Amino acid sequence: MKIWLVIVGVGLVSLFLRSSSLVLLRNRKLPESVTSSLGLVPAAVLSALVAPELLFHNGQFQPFGPRLVAGIVAGLVAWKTRNVLWTLVVGLGLLFVAQAIGWN
Amino acid sequence: MGRSLSPAFWRGFRDFAPLIPGVIPFSMVAGIAAVKVGFTPGQSIAFSLIGYAGSAQLVASQMFASHAPTLLIVLSTLIVNLRFAMYSASILPLFGGVSLARRWPLAYGLTDQSYAVTMGRPESETDPVSYYAGSSALMWLVWQSGTAIGALLGASIPASWPLDFAVPLSFVALLLPVLRTRPQLFVAAVSALVAILAHGLPFRLNLIVGAACGIVAGLLVQRQQEKKT
Repeated sequence: MKIWLVIVGVGLVSLFLRSSSLVLLRNRKLPESVTSSLGLVPAAVLSALVAPELLFHNGQFQPFGPRLVAGIVAGLVAWKTRNVLWTLVVGLGLLFVAQAIGWN
Repeated sequence: MGRSLSPAFWRGFRDFAPLIPGVIPFSMVAGIAAVKVGFTPGQSIAFSLIGYAGSAQLVASQMFASHAPTLLIVLSTLIVNLRFAMYSASILPLFGGVSLARRWPLAYGLTDQSYAVTMGRPESETDPVSYYAGSSALMWLVWQSGTAIGALLGASIPASWPLDFAVPLSFVALLLPVLRTRPQLFVAAVSALVAILAHGLPFRLNLIVGAACGIVAGLLVQRQQEKKT
């Protein structure tokens, strides 16, 4: 039941935001203060998602763990190539190798 | 939709093709992630069809695994998806004369990728709405196929593989191209620092707290810069 509530809730929220200007507001414009804040959202949200994942593993603080190293190298790949596939292959590959040699 | 399958539709469809290699792994990760936290493959596919928002699907799956309340999960995905409101406002000028009945499905198809392709369309494009519909249609087909494959494969992936790490790596691939200007870098740094310091909060609330602090800090810097000029 909870899973379906999450699915429908996320669906409604996504459609609401996508249709906000296109359908709901139609030709009324959003205030400029709103659009300039929205421009900062991707950088803020994505870095808040990524940073803790590189420094914590199973709830433990790990300042120099394999996830941080793999994440930084994958970040360099993402920056240079802008390619999702290579970013995933390099990051996961490094973590896989680290686990194989016992660095957890 | 029959009316919209004009030459411009196929131009948008074709111009989306170079983005496919980036969409497939991301969609497969989203399909797998939901199955790994307890969704059935059918529910994972339904999540992609109804939610149709990769980053939000990943965040919701992670929060579901940490037993966060439904309302908090939906609120977090609202923040993750706020960028759609920005795209919706930015793409609106192209939609003059398009009926409301057509705007709903076109709005449903709005994604990072189809938005980017449409904004980068050739200057010679005479029918940007059909062009947008074409690139959105191909994005939808690739995304739904990828999540379905991921959802069906998810259960057969060995538990020892550190595949959970594919989720933050997908976000890394989205984040780096965004960090082009100094204010964006500053926002990302503040947001990351606060999210790390607030890691002890329950239900991954550190995401909302970190992102909110980053945005406020960025707005303050923008205001300072405006004063100088």
